[in-house]
Amino acid sequence: MSVEVRIPTVFRRFTNQEAVASLEPGTIADLVAQLERRYPGIGDQLLAEDRQLHRFINVYLNDEDIRYLNKLETQVSEGDTVSLLPSVAGG
Amino acid sequence: MTNFRDLLKQAKSAIDETTPEEVRRRLEAGERLEVLDVREDDEVQHGLVPGAQHLSRSHFESRVEDALPNKEAPVVVYCASGVRSVFAARTLQELGYSKVASMNGGFSRWKDLGYDYSIPKVFDASQRDRYARHLILPEVGLEGQMKLLEAKVLVIGAGGLGSPALLYLAAAGVGTIGVVDSDIVEANNLQRQVVHNTDRIGTPKAQSARETLTRLNPDVKVVAHEFRIDASNAPELIAAYDVIVDGSDNFDTRYVVNDAAVALGKPVVHGSIFRFEGMLSTFVPYEGPCYRCLYPAAPPPELAPNCSEAGVLGVLPGIVGTLQANEVLKLIVGYGEPLVGRLLTFDAQTTRFGEVKVRRDPKCPICGEAAGDDRAAANVTNGAVLEKAGTPTA
Repeated sequence: MSVEVRIPTVFRRFTNQEAVASLEPGTIADLVAQLERRYPGIGDQLLAEDRQLHRFINVYLNDEDIRYLNKLETQVSEGDTVSLLPSVAGG
Repeated sequence: MTNFRDLLKQAKSAIDETTPEEVRRRLEAGERLEVLDVREDDEVQHGLVPGAQHLSRSHFESRVEDALPNKEAPVVVYCASGVRSVFAARTLQELGYSKVASMNGGFSRWKDLGYDYSIPKVFDASQRDRYARHLILPEVGLEGQMKLLEAKVLVIGAGGLGSPALLYLAAAGVGTIGVVDSDIVEANNLQRQVVHNTDRIGTPKAQSARETLTRLNPDVKVVAHEFRIDASNAPELIAAYDVIVDGSDNFDTRYVVNDAAVALGKPVVHGSIFRFEGMLSTFVPYEGPCYRCLYPAAPPPELAPNCSEAGVLGVLPGIVGTLQANEVLKLIVGYGEPLVGRLLTFDAQTTRFGEVKVRRDPKCPICGEAAGDDRAAANVTNGAVLEKAGTPTA
């Protein structure tokens, strides 16, 4: 078992168009580091210079916004799903 | 052989009669008096006693027990002059109603005395036909359809999302629809912006949308706002509507619309799309989160490619915009469970919907604690919106 991370369209140019990444359990910060090792460049899309999440990117552990959990220190366990949801404006 | 006069005389002798003066006195004294108007539909259009129920004689026997379930309650029946109401009162007596009276002189006398009357909201024959499938849905019905016809909805952008939202809102009979768009119809819009058509290339989008919607449903008053919504004009524009549909194509507009709508207490049905993915949520000010609670800030332009650069699947806004119209109908009519405190996501490549929670951010600069709870001061929309919006998960 691993953790499933859903990659939105906007970031798939970093993931060879993969929509899902299977990662090892850990904190959200650990998962971001794993993503960056596997798909160089994606980390800067998620984290600002202060290493906090950009204010226009939401990360959900299952259906809960990690801002209301433990932010980047939120623990993700086997079987959980993490969704990255950047703000989009198209209409 | 009994003739009409005999029949009337017999019925009159069996029932009680009252006068408009007495009925008015009892109503003004606050008595819980059931007043029943038994005239035909076309007579009632010109006015009826305030608070009266209308039940024409053609459906009288079959429906009156639903209309007046309490047979002990005092009932006054009237017609135009006080003849048909005598027979209706007699029927009520036979059905077991114990305190029935017919109002002598009927509505003509009521009007002659200069008493107040109300003009009922009635559907004409073509409206009964057009909205027949809504009228037989108990969740909508006559009352819900009337709410739709009286509602004012502003759609920001007559583009990919606005097109299906506008079409379905007009078809549903939303009485006033505002369309804000400063753009002109271009050929490359038509892959997804289905409210326009090839003949309209070069026409302002707001005008083109008005033309399509008016042809779809002449009941609808479509107001074309041919300008770009910005911080200077948003409050005045939004104040004139009950519900806002955000189908704009840029972050600046989305935040301007959000901030003005929260200040005015107007719900915003948000939809946004990118390539194959879309999202949707309903922001009801102070009842649930707002757009800034969901995303406190817009991305810088280099991190936010737009659809003209990145492409968008034409059918995607069709799905998301239609879902926006679905949210609007719930807010106006008041049935179901609006998408408050929830964000629905849709992926057209996998045909998967997802849902996550959206919480009201106590630190939100627009609707949070620091911004002050202006709900009481806000010019909050119609009752259905607030009654049914519910409290978000917080």
